[in-house]
Amino acid sequence: MSTKRMLLGATAGLGLVVGLASAVAAQDTTLTIATVNNGDMIRMQGYTDDFTAETGIAVEWVTLEENVLRQRVTTDITTNGGQFDIMTIGMYETPIWGANGWLVPLDDLSAEYNAADILPAMAGGLSHDGTLYAAPFYGESSMIMYRTDLMEAAGLEMPASPTWDFIAEAAAAMTDRDADINGVCLRGKAGWGEGGAFITAMSNSFGARWFDEDWNAQFDTEAWANTVNFFKNMMDASGPAGYATNGFNENLSLFNQGKCGMWIDATVAASFVTGADSTVADSVGFALAPNNGLGKNANWLWAWALAIPAGTQQADAAKQFIEWATGTDYIEMVAANEGWANVPPGARTSLYENPNYMAVPFAQMTLDSILSADPTNPTVDPVPYVGVQFAAIPEFAGIASEVSQEFSAAYAGQQTVEEALAKAQAITTEAMEAAGY
Amino acid sequence: MATKASRSAARVMMAPAVILLLGWMLVPLTLTLFFSFKKYLPLRGDKWQNGLEWVGFENYSRFLSSSSFWPAVTTTLIIVLGVLIITVCLGVLLALLLDQPMWGQGVVRILVIAPFFVMPTVSALVWKNMFMDPTNGLFAHLWRFFGAEPVAWLSEASLPSIVIIVSWQWLPFATLILLTAIQSLDSEQLEAAEMDGAPALKRFAYIILPHLGRAITIVILIQTIFLLSIFAEIFVTTGGAFGSRTLTYLIFQRVLESQNIGLGSAGGVYAIILANIVAIFLMRIVGKNLDT
Amino acid sequence: MARSVTSQRKLINTGLAWLIGLIIFFPILWTILTSFKTEAQAINDPPIFLFFDWTLENYAIVQERSDYMRFLWNSVIIAGVSTLLGVMIAVPAAWSMAFVPSKRTKDILLWMLSTKMLPAVGVLYPIYLIFIELGILDTRVGLIVVLMLVNLPIIVWMLYTYFKEIPGEILEAARMDGASLRSEILYVLTPMAVPGIASTLLLNFILAWNEAFWTLNLTAANAAPLTAFIASYSSPEGLFYAKLSAASTMAIAPILILGWFSQKQLVRGLTFGAVK
Repeated sequence: MSTKRMLLGATAGLGLVVGLASAVAAQDTTLTIATVNNGDMIRMQGYTDDFTAETGIAVEWVTLEENVLRQRVTTDITTNGGQFDIMTIGMYETPIWGANGWLVPLDDLSAEYNAADILPAMAGGLSHDGTLYAAPFYGESSMIMYRTDLMEAAGLEMPASPTWDFIAEAAAAMTDRDADINGVCLRGKAGWGEGGAFITAMSNSFGARWFDEDWNAQFDTEAWANTVNFFKNMMDASGPAGYATNGFNENLSLFNQGKCGMWIDATVAASFVTGADSTVADSVGFALAPNNGLGKNANWLWAWALAIPAGTQQADAAKQFIEWATGTDYIEMVAANEGWANVPPGARTSLYENPNYMAVPFAQMTLDSILSADPTNPTVDPVPYVGVQFAAIPEFAGIASEVSQEFSAAYAGQQTVEEALAKAQAITTEAMEAAGY
Repeated sequence: MATKASRSAARVMMAPAVILLLGWMLVPLTLTLFFSFKKYLPLRGDKWQNGLEWVGFENYSRFLSSSSFWPAVTTTLIIVLGVLIITVCLGVLLALLLDQPMWGQGVVRILVIAPFFVMPTVSALVWKNMFMDPTNGLFAHLWRFFGAEPVAWLSEASLPSIVIIVSWQWLPFATLILLTAIQSLDSEQLEAAEMDGAPALKRFAYIILPHLGRAITIVILIQTIFLLSIFAEIFVTTGGAFGSRTLTYLIFQRVLESQNIGLGSAGGVYAIILANIVAIFLMRIVGKNLDT
Repeated sequence: MARSVTSQRKLINTGLAWLIGLIIFFPILWTILTSFKTEAQAINDPPIFLFFDWTLENYAIVQERSDYMRFLWNSVIIAGVSTLLGVMIAVPAAWSMAFVPSKRTKDILLWMLSTKMLPAVGVLYPIYLIFIELGILDTRVGLIVVLMLVNLPIIVWMLYTYFKEIPGEILEAARMDGASLRSEILYVLTPMAVPGIASTLLLNFILAWNEAFWTLNLTAANAAPLTAFIASYSSPEGLFYAKLSAASTMAIAPILILGWFSQKQLVRGLTFGAVK
């Protein structure tokens, strides 16, 4: 109200200097798109000219590393800054932002676009109250990628749906420190989207959960202790040096260099480890993420999706772009130019009905993994939240990034697993109280 | 000697700088103070336009009682002190060396200054990936070459690693200032001492070091100002994990990761208080040294 | 002046200084070298120093992905104008502090420096909201103002220390001759202070160029400088050392070259009043 108005008004004193600064540029047909610097997005940028030629709409890319991107778009959306016409966000942000009315509903996409073709698991995670707020550019679950040659040399055979005990045993058998081969590479890096996502998905298969039905933190449970101890013991025995700082990228490059026997991570990685950059492309097998016989696998569900902030003046042009980038024509264009293995996966049902795509070695396993993840029912015991490797509440990102830092410190041996869990419990309880749960 | 007229002229000339800085200090400070007494959770739909709930000192007590507060203060001080000690000590030695006659002095000086020109983000990225990475980093190669187990620098020795990176960035600055100071030293005095047979160490302790006192104070003052707020180096390398969370970084986590503006603003006020404690402490020393 | 030194000692000095210089410079050298390697060679074990297939492909990839010149131009404008503006505001202030000192001069100076201690993250939201109100988000003007304010205390202080070195008698003499305040500054003071002003400009240009918090958080597509350019290469998928090196080299090269050409100036002027 007026006090705040005045406060901000007073700051217009700064405007003295700024003077005639704010000439609003005419940008009728230029979209500003914030995106993450992942391979599929970079590829999409390469095709932007096609879009501009087709529609006359110019596109400005703001490509940022994931953490910077999050910080940037969150600041802008919460303050209604209006800097972007399209934002690349994930399954965690979409329902929360949608509920706040910050995103333009995508309920009027064209018939050719066929929104019903979006994989139900993805559409569900990108909706609030049944309304789609972001269109998936690609979707992923997680699965095991392993070296068939090393597995054979170890005299083992990977089951289609292995248990954690098998993974630990196989990891130990494949490890050969002299040859610089680590049995298993997993994310230990701090950050809720990095190591935090992995350990949370893993904890689901161990029967653990973040919160009970009354929003009480659950890190003091045995299930969590089992999860983190199992992870640390296995990684200490068979993981790469410094795994506490390894995230997706670090593990990808280790695996591609032939330094990992197994790697449990995002299904999108399958096209990289079988691609041109990989030295082991010919000997990669795939399996479902491990379980502990409790009915839940340790796989997550995620989508990078395009959403339109409610503040934009160019919602129609933005929708045109979204239809172009996440539609089936785009997939076919990429397939024609770069092969089926390189199309953005995991977003559309029709892709998995296409025999050309199903001939790609990891297609079926990707689909199976996606289908086996259930965000509305992620854990063995019931929980009040939605989301597999996250809880879709605004406080989660902050809490989980700190909790995962405590875990990483335990992986690095700076504290015991018990200390880390105790701190995690304290951090979570503290933050949930602050948020008024 | 100054007349009344020149005094008022002086005031007029100072006005733009003072007013601008006053604005730059007061406006954000006022808003920070304002937010720090409010519940402001943008992700929960709080908007400043709609009015925010007054919560008194709740944010302050919460920030202070958080288990991360004191470790963050300690970490901040360790990093600042560590970098200061390294840059000042190495800076003095390096300045002494560069002051000696040698071939190619200009080129050496360029080599030594170069890190100062590198953006913090870039230097953090380069050190993290190309040197400290436990698998592909140059240090790992070096360690393996000597048959040692590579060190996972950023997780096992996070604070020393960050101190190394930041020191590398600031060593040129310290060296430059100290070098200029040494060059202004009266060389006859030194030569006389040398003639008298005073050993190098004594010459250093009784002639050079006192002469450098003022320069060292300046280095400490300027660097502290910048070091208290280092951010990019931590954001890029550890993201605050492994005990490398400084007060600045903790505030970043509260404001941007947790999206709790009220709590973060309270943290900002604490950071300002800490900075001022350090500043007063520094100015006691500097103030003495700055007197003509 | 020249101290007589045995050539043996000079040889030792030279060797030692070069060794240390190269060690300090090595990370930059290594980055530049790596930028000319292929991704596979960049992580080769053992590392390859010079005998690899020199390639420009990383630069081509980086340029294709992001329009380097635009980021560069933004960096030049933002760092340049904010520094110039800062010096223009600071010169009169520093002049009056140096030549018409009052009891409070030192307090004002130290207070100015203390404004630099505000943690930027703590005030991101207020500043962001103000920028929205003023409509200067993602504009060069907005960044110029912020960076000018951020560096103003350092500029004032540096200039103050230079001006203080100028003997007051010269000014007295000029005043006797009936020089006005304006011409006093313009014709007497400025020429004497040129080296100081030059190194102030240089140092603050570097500081503004390297500033990575505000430049990243207050820009999107239009005003993004090189710090934002780097943020899109920091940890992409797959092997990236060579591309990262190329992007890094592109980001630091202009300022490195500028620094090298002007290092004499910088060395001479960078004293902060440390020398008396």
